[in-house]
Amino acid sequence: MVKNNITSDFKSQLSTVNCQLENVIHVENLVKRFGDFTAVDHISFDVWQGEIFGFLGANGAGKTTAMRMLCGLSKPTEGHGRVAGFDIDREVEKVKSNIGYMSQKFSLYNDLKVWENIRLFAGIYGMRDREIAQKTDELLQRLNFASERNTLVKELPLGWKQKLAFSVSIFHHPKVVFLDEPTGGVDPVTRRQFWELIYEATAEGITVFVTTHYMDEAEYCNRVSIMVDGQIKALDTPKNLKHQFSADSMDDVFHQLARNAKRGDN
Amino acid sequence: MKILNDIAHSFRLLIINCSLLIKRSVFLVFVQKEFYHIFRDKRTMLILLGMPVVQLILFGFAITNEVKNAKIVVFDSSNDDATRRIARQLDASQYFSVVRYVKSQQELKQVFQDGNISMAVVFDERFNENLLHTGKAQLQLLTDATDPNTATQLVQYASSIIGDYQQELMEQNKVPYQIQPEVKLLYNPQMKAAYNFVPGVLGMILMLICAMMTSIAIVREKELGTMEILLVSPMKPIYIILAKAIPYLTLSSINLVTVLLLSIFVLNVPVAGSLFWLFLVSLLFILVSLSIGLLVSTLVNSQMAAMLVSVLAMMMPVILLSGMIYPIENMPPVLQWASNIVPARWYISAVKGLMIKGVGIAAVGKEVTVLCVMVVLLITVSMKKFKIRLE
Repeated sequence: MVKNNITSDFKSQLSTVNCQLENVIHVENLVKRFGDFTAVDHISFDVWQGEIFGFLGANGAGKTTAMRMLCGLSKPTEGHGRVAGFDIDREVEKVKSNIGYMSQKFSLYNDLKVWENIRLFAGIYGMRDREIAQKTDELLQRLNFASERNTLVKELPLGWKQKLAFSVSIFHHPKVVFLDEPTGGVDPVTRRQFWELIYEATAEGITVFVTTHYMDEAEYCNRVSIMVDGQIKALDTPKNLKHQFSADSMDDVFHQLARNAKRGDN
Repeated sequence: MKILNDIAHSFRLLIINCSLLIKRSVFLVFVQKEFYHIFRDKRTMLILLGMPVVQLILFGFAITNEVKNAKIVVFDSSNDDATRRIARQLDASQYFSVVRYVKSQQELKQVFQDGNISMAVVFDERFNENLLHTGKAQLQLLTDATDPNTATQLVQYASSIIGDYQQELMEQNKVPYQIQPEVKLLYNPQMKAAYNFVPGVLGMILMLICAMMTSIAIVREKELGTMEILLVSPMKPIYIILAKAIPYLTLSSINLVTVLLLSIFVLNVPVAGSLFWLFLVSLLFILVSLSIGLLVSTLVNSQMAAMLVSVLAMMMPVILLSGMIYPIENMPPVLQWASNIVPARWYISAVKGLMIKGVGIAAVGKEVTVLCVMVVLLITVSMKKFKIRLE
């Protein structure tokens, strides 16, 4: 059922992309060097508004470094990029205000209540108190969380926490949300529910930039890039990639590319 | 010159940011969050607020090097007027209490071996007779010198009590030449150890809470991954740091008040000088400690490491080198020199001046200047380090 949802959404997404073609992320020859080590080696790509962009790569391929540059946490050594319309080198503050972020590590405060977490992060992104209060009610209703409003986050099951963390990361309606392995350690059922939330977000016009280890999740993305040794070796829709590499699954595509990697553990 | 520019720049930034953030209610929400972290962790709360009380009481009543009612035995082979009076005077003083009279060398040896006697007074045979006829009588003080400091003190106290008795005798006999030293103990007439350790405990507590807790609080966010979320957000790193510092600054102030109240009302150590300057200098020291905590947090990546660094690099020097327990003057020159870089040394010295001696702020000018320089250097370095880490 989820699969069906996804394919239909996927088509509608593609049509949006085709008529608008507005790029939310634009990267040109981005390089990051640490001493002699080139972590990210001249990568270039565009991410269109409203799409789900899968950013894959083995451990050590440089995807975290690339993502940190896009989020304004790290300065590029060479090249340039724009995120949400702002330069990632010179307009870091504006970039930060227009993106959301959720990391593989759990990203809410365990010792704060559900509503306190929401208020804190919404406040950091400059939302007004009244707007926060109203949207908090809406969100909790939608997630069927209303009864957990005053629960400490540490008392929630992991799946719920993860869903809440994602909802908080897009609470301020960013242009693009960066998800760094968001479903690590979550059971398959919750992962599906999580992806439904991601689709809901794209329906609201939020672009999703996601890294993942799960190849079945790669299939849910509109387009996928695969990074090997700091370079992007492939970038297309999962369907085209499978066709191009004559593979049955994204897993197969990934292994064909990652097999020749010089660094990382694959 | 460059360093001076850096310093000036850092402080200009700090001031601009401070004034900006008052306008931003986000910052208040953020500070509130930090308070929640502390309040909801009941155990830590208890430690933070209970520690000063426990430490003061421990130092005040248990771990003290004051001699009070030391148990002594008397071996009196003479048992005459003079020996009985000396024994009575020893017993009457607050330092000693005679718990037993022994009858033989054998018994004397036995009570020492049993271990709960700290001194024995042995009178020669025919003590009074010798004293009156030859002008000379002998008495032996035996002490348990496994604890040399206490042994020395006991001997001193006992000698002075015996000296007093001798003085009485001389007055009766009109000896022509007499030198009578008149001893006056300034600032601490009753020689109470509390006068020495209250400033020490203050220095230790403030350093512990500010440096250790701040570094742990920042590193915890790194460990949990929430720091990354904060750094990706438009929230400026300096707000994050300041928000972390405020709750610990508040807690330290509460502890400062607790320690002062306890020392005044429980330990009877008065604040002889200006309370205003005492608080101001304490605030300065709190700032030094906070910036040390910040510096530690930029150097380590786990809470455990933060704690170890704080304890080994902060607490040990405070306890050992600050003059709190061991007098700096007695240290070898290398350690004396090393003690100069321990902020607590200067703070403790300033507090001793302001609180115990009751001197004015001008008299502790050197200490205050050193602390000021330290705070400027530490904030500059840790701010720089914090920025580099973000890169």
